[in-house]
Amino acid sequence: MTSTKFIIGIEPFVICLETSLSLVIKAIELQYGNHCFLLDDDSVFSDFHIQIKSPSVLRRRFRAQAQFYIDGKTPFKPLPLSQAYPFFEWGLNWCIASQIHQYLILHAAVVEKNGFALILSGQPGAGKSTLCAALINRGWRLLSDEMTVIDLKTKELIPIVRPVSLKNESIDIIKKFAPEAIFGDSFCDTAKGTVSHLKPGRTCVENSTKRAIAKVVIFPRYKEGAKTNLQVLDKGQTVIKLADNAFNYNVVGAQGFNALCDVVENSSCYDFEYSELDDAIKVIAELSC
Amino acid sequence: MNKTKPPLIILVFCKPEIIKAFNLSQWDLLIRQARYAGVLARLAFLLEKNEVFSFVPEKPLNHLQSALTFSRHFELSLSWEIDCITEALKPLDTPIIYLKGAAYFLAGDIAGQGRVSVDVDILVKKDRLDLVEKRLIFKGWRNQQYDAYDQKYYRQWMHELPPLVNIDRNTCIDVHHNILPITAKFCPDANKLLANIVKIEEKYAWVLATEDRILHSATHLFHEGEFDHGFRDLSDLDLLLKEFSAEQGFWNKLLQRAAELKQQTPLFYALRYTSLILQTPVPEAVLKASAEHSVNRIKQRFMDALFLRALMPNHVSCNDSWTGLARWLLFIRSHWLRMPWYLLIPHLYRKGMMHITGKEHH
Repeated sequence: MTSTKFIIGIEPFVICLETSLSLVIKAIELQYGNHCFLLDDDSVFSDFHIQIKSPSVLRRRFRAQAQFYIDGKTPFKPLPLSQAYPFFEWGLNWCIASQIHQYLILHAAVVEKNGFALILSGQPGAGKSTLCAALINRGWRLLSDEMTVIDLKTKELIPIVRPVSLKNESIDIIKKFAPEAIFGDSFCDTAKGTVSHLKPGRTCVENSTKRAIAKVVIFPRYKEGAKTNLQVLDKGQTVIKLADNAFNYNVVGAQGFNALCDVVENSSCYDFEYSELDDAIKVIAELSC
Repeated sequence: MNKTKPPLIILVFCKPEIIKAFNLSQWDLLIRQARYAGVLARLAFLLEKNEVFSFVPEKPLNHLQSALTFSRHFELSLSWEIDCITEALKPLDTPIIYLKGAAYFLAGDIAGQGRVSVDVDILVKKDRLDLVEKRLIFKGWRNQQYDAYDQKYYRQWMHELPPLVNIDRNTCIDVHHNILPITAKFCPDANKLLANIVKIEEKYAWVLATEDRILHSATHLFHEGEFDHGFRDLSDLDLLLKEFSAEQGFWNKLLQRAAELKQQTPLFYALRYTSLILQTPVPEAVLKASAEHSVNRIKQRFMDALFLRALMPNHVSCNDSWTGLARWLLFIRSHWLRMPWYLLIPHLYRKGMMHITGKEHH
């Protein structure tokens, strides 16, 4: 089987991905269609070297599986072949979370409009990705859906523009909310249920070196039938909640604590309950005025 | 020796200034080799010490900075862990001797800079072993789920207790009473090690004497069955030898001490492979004196074929088609060295059966 090598510029990183699986090739070509692909020469430094392939000839006979390799190592058990593409995205999250400590990285989405950046954090499944996907389909710029990357010195938010991963009901909610949005295949029965990826728009990708300053931190929670409700959140509590959801807060240490305090100090912080996306976006827009 | 050119990381460890001429794709490979060999932060220190850090381009620099941040975090955790161990064991009024990484860190050895490891290893007097274990358990460390056989295996034959894990911090401590299994052919007299220990100022902590730190590092590496950190450990030896050999009379003391502790063969391997792989400056006369304890020439060539592969950085780019076999044979050898055949065969039989019947715990 011939394998294809992609060297993808996902600012601030370069990812080298080798795969022979047509499922992955197809998904990469769609999802990263607006990204920059680099030529493989002496001037390229790839931050991560990833391979997605079938584990072994022997295993292939029993069950169609995909395995994630980083520099030849396999940190995870193989997954069904049909999940090969989400496997790449999850594996890449893991690579960044476990190897990148020059930034503080929170588990939160960031969007921006007119220089006004909004951090959306919360427990998995609370509804941050849904709201993030809705906002970027109403004129907000996507910085990141999964990771808020904070520069430890300047406290700026660094974009890392990748497909937005939506789960279960939120896939249909967003498809209905933004029919023009480009979705990849839906992957059923994954560890997170059904997963589908929303392709990041051209402008977001083109502006992926443009950093932003956080102005608002919200903890969105989707609750069926709930009225849009914004509750001011204590700043100390916000720091603790964000730290709880951080990938490398303990590793970055005092510098991370200081950066996080600065970000929160300069932002207004809220708990946010919603069910109606249009209404939720209106309330958020008012915050930025 | 491998006829092919050594991996980039080895070239850089021997001659750091060559990085000045590196293009980005060479940096790409260097960072990956260093990361998987477990020496990324050590590489950063090495470049700094040789005043070439400013030549590192931005992309690889990010990874070096990241590794330095991680190693600072690790040092802080290690300090804290040592404080907790001190609090638990100080009432026993017996020396607590830290080994390997924790020892290099406490003693301020160059080998301790940027060295990240998982467990803390300590050595205590054998007659205090029970008390030490009881105190640790009293203070929140727990035996992992080992069955009666494993417990017996450790307690009767090995040089350490089964690993203890702290229930709050999930950290692991290995409590030793010797540096080799009691059943090993060349097990040293632990009292000789204890006689020369060095107290760390202002801490309730001790380390082995400088020569003994080297000998322990050598013994550990060349009895070892897993080589995930083989290159890092070889580099430990290289750094310890370079640092301590500045002292007058060091080499003679080292040779003499190896004889006292019956560790001449591991020392021979240590000197042979550090000088072959990392160009450690070992005086010709010392190499020759230590070679008296080498094995016969045919066996030596065979050991070279194994070690020169197994000690390479643990990265795909540093393997050849024999690396897997070499590491497997050394794994078998490590068991062979650990105990005589009449203990080993029943042990492997039991482990094999456990594996087949799926009753294996770890």
